[in-house]
Amino acid sequence: MSSAAASSLILHPALVLIAGALLLPFLRGTARNVAVLSAPTLALVALWLLPEGRLWQLQWLDYPLAPLAVDKLSRLFATIFALMAIVGGLFALRQQSRLEIPAAFLYAGSAIGVTLAGDLVTVFLFWEFMAVGSTLVIWSAGTPGAWAASRRYVAIHLAGGVILFAGITGQILATGDAGFHAMRADSIATWLILIGFLINTGAPPISAWLPDAYPEASWSGTVFLSAFTTKTAVYVLLRGFPGTEILVWIGIFMIFYGIVYALLENDMRRILAYSIVNQVGFMVVGIGIGTEMALNGAAAHAFAHIIYKALLLMSAGAVLAATGRRKCSELGGLFHSMPLTTICGTIGALAISSFPLTSGFVSKSMVTQAAADGHLQAVWLFLAAASAGVFLHAGIKFPWFVFFQKDSGLRPPDPPASMRWAMILFAFLCIALGVWPDPLYALLPYTIDYAPYTAAHVITQLQLLLFSGLAFFVMLDYLKRTPTITLDVDWLWRIAGPVAAQSFRDALRITREGLNEQLLSGRQAMADSIARHRRPDGLLLRSWPTGGMALWVMVMLLAYLALYYLR
Amino acid sequence: MSIAAHLPALQVVLPLISAPLAVLLRRRDLAFWMVTAAAWAAFATAIQLWLQVGASGTISYHIGSWPPPWGIEYRVDRLSSFVLLLVSGMAAVMLPYARTSIEREIPEESHYLFYAMFGLCLAGLLGITITGDAFNIFVFLEISSLATYVLIALGRDRRALTAAYQYLIMGSIGATFIVIGIGFLYLTTGTLNLADMAGRLRGVESSRPVLAALAFLTVGISLKLALFPLHQWLPNAYTYAPSPVTAFLAATATKVSVYVLIRFYFSVFGESLVYEHLPLPQIMLGLSLLAMFGASFIAIFQDNLKRLFAYSSVGQIGYISLGLSFDSVHGLTASIVHLFNHGIAKGAIFLLIGGIAVGIATPGAVAPAPTFDRLAGLAKRMPLTCFGIVLGGLSLIGVPGTAGFISKWYLILAALEQGQFWLVGAILLSSLLAVAYVWRFVEVAYFRAPPAGHVARKEAPLAMLIPAWLLIAATIWFGLDTSVTVDTALDAARQLMGKAQ
Repeated sequence: MSSAAASSLILHPALVLIAGALLLPFLRGTARNVAVLSAPTLALVALWLLPEGRLWQLQWLDYPLAPLAVDKLSRLFATIFALMAIVGGLFALRQQSRLEIPAAFLYAGSAIGVTLAGDLVTVFLFWEFMAVGSTLVIWSAGTPGAWAASRRYVAIHLAGGVILFAGITGQILATGDAGFHAMRADSIATWLILIGFLINTGAPPISAWLPDAYPEASWSGTVFLSAFTTKTAVYVLLRGFPGTEILVWIGIFMIFYGIVYALLENDMRRILAYSIVNQVGFMVVGIGIGTEMALNGAAAHAFAHIIYKALLLMSAGAVLAATGRRKCSELGGLFHSMPLTTICGTIGALAISSFPLTSGFVSKSMVTQAAADGHLQAVWLFLAAASAGVFLHAGIKFPWFVFFQKDSGLRPPDPPASMRWAMILFAFLCIALGVWPDPLYALLPYTIDYAPYTAAHVITQLQLLLFSGLAFFVMLDYLKRTPTITLDVDWLWRIAGPVAAQSFRDALRITREGLNEQLLSGRQAMADSIARHRRPDGLLLRSWPTGGMALWVMVMLLAYLALYYLR
Repeated sequence: MSIAAHLPALQVVLPLISAPLAVLLRRRDLAFWMVTAAAWAAFATAIQLWLQVGASGTISYHIGSWPPPWGIEYRVDRLSSFVLLLVSGMAAVMLPYARTSIEREIPEESHYLFYAMFGLCLAGLLGITITGDAFNIFVFLEISSLATYVLIALGRDRRALTAAYQYLIMGSIGATFIVIGIGFLYLTTGTLNLADMAGRLRGVESSRPVLAALAFLTVGISLKLALFPLHQWLPNAYTYAPSPVTAFLAATATKVSVYVLIRFYFSVFGESLVYEHLPLPQIMLGLSLLAMFGASFIAIFQDNLKRLFAYSSVGQIGYISLGLSFDSVHGLTASIVHLFNHGIAKGAIFLLIGGIAVGIATPGAVAPAPTFDRLAGLAKRMPLTCFGIVLGGLSLIGVPGTAGFISKWYLILAALEQGQFWLVGAILLSSLLAVAYVWRFVEVAYFRAPPAGHVARKEAPLAMLIPAWLLIAATIWFGLDTSVTVDTALDAARQLMGKAQ
């Protein structure tokens, strides 16, 4: 294609998708279904027609902005986001809520907007749109739980937005440059930006928003939610703060946080939500290490993770849509009647466990390798141990309890075609990327020479997996008798003892409930006092008598006169 | 002499003459066309003046060719041309709206009076802005204030009378203080011309009468601009006045008062006196924060939509005075830009609320107050109106892409220049309060089920929707293209601070 033709085809993919989102509410029936699939497809096409470089420039106040800037990293993330919007839209085609898909497309479009933003102001703009879109997605589930969760969720994200905005303003003022480049966390402004970004990754100490909110969305809503917020945060960290050492330790915390709580959890989608924190932890560690290999690994892992986590949540969503149940202890034996869902869920589980020949293996091993290359023994050890943990909580626990285990007697059929094909598509990608990783590697920001299938890699990973698989089989008997989830942990997970884990879990629960309660009681008390004040004769709202107003005027005048006199 | 040389005089004279003519004509249609034509002419004049000042600097016009300081001087610089633009533009947009709106709000026999008063109010506000003479400011202030009292009292709600009476008392106290302040200055300097006065004040700045004048002027003007805690007249006046009056007052009256304050602080007393020797910035900072948080907080708990946005105005004025308290070019720029941006956004919102009052009224009856229990599910019935209010609300919050963001941006820049990160936090946190009160409207209008037996769809008349949406479009436009607002405001701020380039 000639460059002239290329430049005439410059469409902002994010705006394409957002325009689709705004159009959707007006469509019905087939036209709507076509639009649901074609809007993100068009965005994907528009994205790949873009050449690299700062394509859109405009002057805003005194700063040059670039709302559309493309390089390899942003194209990688925008691609997977658009892909996710296509498959998520396909999966959600039969969703009854008319709000959910438009909201999800606004959300996905904004995520693409962040990845294609060449300046901090645009980043912030789309960042806030993302918060709005994702809140609407949660909210469109229409349950009271979802309503409450969406309010907690939006409160945290608005607060995060405020922090981010303060940081961005400070940074622009300090440097006189609005561009979005790599920064160092060495001033108040950059720290605020880093904190604002980290809040969206689900970093401690407020990781709880993620497993709190995501499982409350509808069966299809959680699929969208799993993909965009955290991975956009990974993207901005990749671009803004590569090699910031503290990220290594934050990431490790997130990895173990996710594993411990996922093992303790009974709600199948909450297990998967915790495992998002865990997987994002791997990416954050990679960004913290900061070598080219590690950054590539983080980016590749984000790409692969979106696919297999969406696949897992789609299989969980199919189960939820068919049975209406979400607790592991109430499910089981579904492989009899839902073979396809079982197969797809299992493929997703294998991929998240980084089984060789799946996408998780070819991406996560890069991060581990980078830790080894950088002689970060402690980090490497943590990552290796965590790999085993991932296999336990997501690789075996989720499919085992949902699809196998005891027979719950439920015999729901496999989901309708639109949902089946969405799952098949992503299951295929999980395997395909694992078998032919080269196309993915070609998309990565740095050119690398990395072979995932060396004997050492495969054997190490298989050893880890086999050992933890063995552990699972040893306690299988035990599990069958008493499916108490807490007991699994102290047997399996010696690092965090049961007491610590339980008390930590309690603390989390208490914080979560406390936050709820405090908000509620605080609101109640405030409402009471407001009610007192808002009666017609209440202090705040009554109309002041004219004399009272005049008195204030005199008070002000006297105050000024006295101050000037005394100065 | 060509007519172009007399533009500054025409700016005021045209609306001023249209008012008595409207009374003489008595026919409401003629009165309407008379005043509207004058307002449009004034707007055209303001644009022309703004262009002239931008191209060739400050214009000084001598009334009756008497040279200042003996004669009265009209002085148009960057700041006053900008405020003239706002005031006359608002009048030009709102008068066509008023024609449809007051049919339901004001008895038909008083319509010609409404137009006459509107013309007087406009003439007064333009006069305050353009004149370079201290006593002239007072005269025009009284003209506009008296007209305003009548306009508010025209509201059908009987509480409008009390509100107008209260505003009359408070406004008169304010005006008295202002005239006392001007009197002190006249006694000290022997001149009424502002520029001349400024020169003669050098050297006697810290004498007692000058300080007393500063105190009287500060309190008097603070009252007119509804600076917390002198805002109590405002919520009632805004709530019970007819909707075009509320919109016009919210968009212009308080803004012109801000202009007067800036004029006295920077052009007469000089920033060294106001800011360096006196604790004024600290007081103003405190009051601004109180307004930003207190008034916005009260706004959240209002049941009447008009009253909610009236309190929001008090809060937004807090941002304007906060900008003044910084004593920096960026702070002053923020104030001037916000004065403009907030005027447009709030004007649009009040126009749309007027449309709601029409929409929820049963045909033939008096429009009821827009309380939240009447607004449930309104977005189904009046989608354009509701969406417009949401967009205006986004500007009040300061969402990027709206005009409100630009002003907040400069406010934050000014705070950061002084290294006050906590103030940045305060500005942003108070924006969250704005989110809360705008959300109240969104929740009721969009997410609550409409009452049984509601009309399927009934938008406000086009004659009301178009002016309101023009202003909403302007809110978005000035959020994206800042060349008019920010450039003018920056220039004006530099001019005022004596740091002209």
